Amino acid sequence: MSALGVVGGVVQPVLIVAGSPLLVGVMRQVRARLEGRAGAGVGQPWRDLRKLLRKERIAPRGTSEVFRFAPLVLVATTLVVAVVVPFVATESALDPVADLFAVVALLALGAVALALAGLDTGTAFGGMGASREMTILALVEPTLLVAIFALSVRVGSTNLGTIVSSTLQDPARVISPVSLLAAVALVVVIVAETGRIPVDNPSTHLELTMVHEAMVLEYAGPDLALVELASAMRLSVFLGLLANLFAPWGIATEATPLAVLIGVLALMVKVGVLGGLLAAAEVFVAKLRLFRVPELLAGSFLLALLAVAASFFLA
Amino acid sequence: MYVQLLDLACGALLLTAVLVLWRRELVVIIRVFALQGAALAVLVGVLAAHENSAELWAVALGVFVLRAGVLPYLLRRALAGAGESRREASPLVNVSASLLAAAALTLLAYAVSQPLVALAPSAATQAIPVGVTVVLIGFFVLVTRRRALSQLVGFLLMDNGITAVGFLTTTSVGLVVELGVSLDVLLAVLVLQVLTTRMRETFGDTDLDELRELRD
Repeated sequence: MSALGVVGGVVQPVLIVAGSPLLVGVMRQVRARLEGRAGAGVGQPWRDLRKLLRKERIAPRGTSEVFRFAPLVLVATTLVVAVVVPFVATESALDPVADLFAVVALLALGAVALALAGLDTGTAFGGMGASREMTILALVEPTLLVAIFALSVRVGSTNLGTIVSSTLQDPARVISPVSLLAAVALVVVIVAETGRIPVDNPSTHLELTMVHEAMVLEYAGPDLALVELASAMRLSVFLGLLANLFAPWGIATEATPLAVLIGVLALMVKVGVLGGLLAAAEVFVAKLRLFRVPELLAGSFLLALLAVAASFFLA
Repeated sequence: MYVQLLDLACGALLLTAVLVLWRRELVVIIRVFALQGAALAVLVGVLAAHENSAELWAVALGVFVLRAGVLPYLLRRALAGAGESRREASPLVNVSASLLAAAALTLLAYAVSQPLVALAPSAATQAIPVGVTVVLIGFFVLVTRRRALSQLVGFLLMDNGITAVGFLTTTSVGLVVELGVSLDVLLAVLVLQVLTTRMRETFGDTDLDELRELRD
């Protein structure tokens, strides 16, 4: 365990937890401004969380421990990912966990816990949301694995830190067909996995269309605050992963205060810009019909597969 | 730098071929097709810069004018008359299945072009599978789409793929051959455009599946 890994392991989770509600605030603000509204301000998600955390803990009658533990599992898995993935520093505090398959499995575990909680409530909406979430998740996971795998083929390792530092050493790799195809596939998958338009609309509670919101409908108070915080963190984690896999510049490679500071600022700028772009794109896109979603995800899977094929044959 | 630009052009070819399969709006399909023409021209241009041959530069310019300019323009004009049928509403194979089929076709293309690559391994020949993939995807579009215009795009996609393979294997096919092929394609598109217009005037539709049975 290197000094840089320890620094990264401490700074990254703090940054992700503190910054992700702000990211959501920035995205809502960008959207509001583009739609001609004043917006609630960047700090609004944090104010919402504070309000929810002060409320009484309450669970629907008939729910089991699954319902109570799901928000904790969701936050815990995302937190582990935030610790190990190279966001600020190229080295990881727990190097074996910074593996492509481990990280994707951890993120999936959180989603599955939430889907089980949705089923546990026994309400129609919970079950519907869980079923939809599982449909999307089953299509998203292979694409996510294959797309990052395409980047790992030329490095010869599935360790995310190794992939990032090798891109750092050889910047020309970024403009190759492999990166191009994998980037497009990853963007589509991240949009689907974090439940943004055109797959899911995070700001409505319309019965016919909601996916993520349907699962968490029964949560209230501190539990809801945890779920909200976790979904904001997942968004930041995915955007940070996207930014650092394809544009790792600015990430700290040595454990000096200046390098770490630059790493933190670079991550904030990159994730902020990506979030802003995502929010701006959402203004112009309509939500897709649920039955069209597999089509979108099949396309992104094909692109990811082409990326892997290209990494073997154009190398 | 040469290898990277070549690979990037091939990646763009592949991406645009997939997008043609993915999207339903014919306007978007035609725009993507124009982009593919531009990518093909870039591919030929990169080869020309590598070989340092004026003839290839002329061919690259010709490819750009024809495939990114004239052919999309003709297709757009054919579409402008269409009015109602601006979407490929129900292809014979649905879009998700055809995307998965395209994945299989890609692997097939890589498998069959391995002997070709092994003959003379170089950066250009290693990209042959991409050209073959575009040919196969074009053929797939040609077979599974119902609208006359999207079948036409499938045909042109095939031709783009064949041209790409030709340039990647031999570097220069010769100005005369390329000119002949280009004129041929242009003529085919013009004839098919007239045919589509006549079909619509007679039947009010360009759904080719409706044309199976004879009528008075």
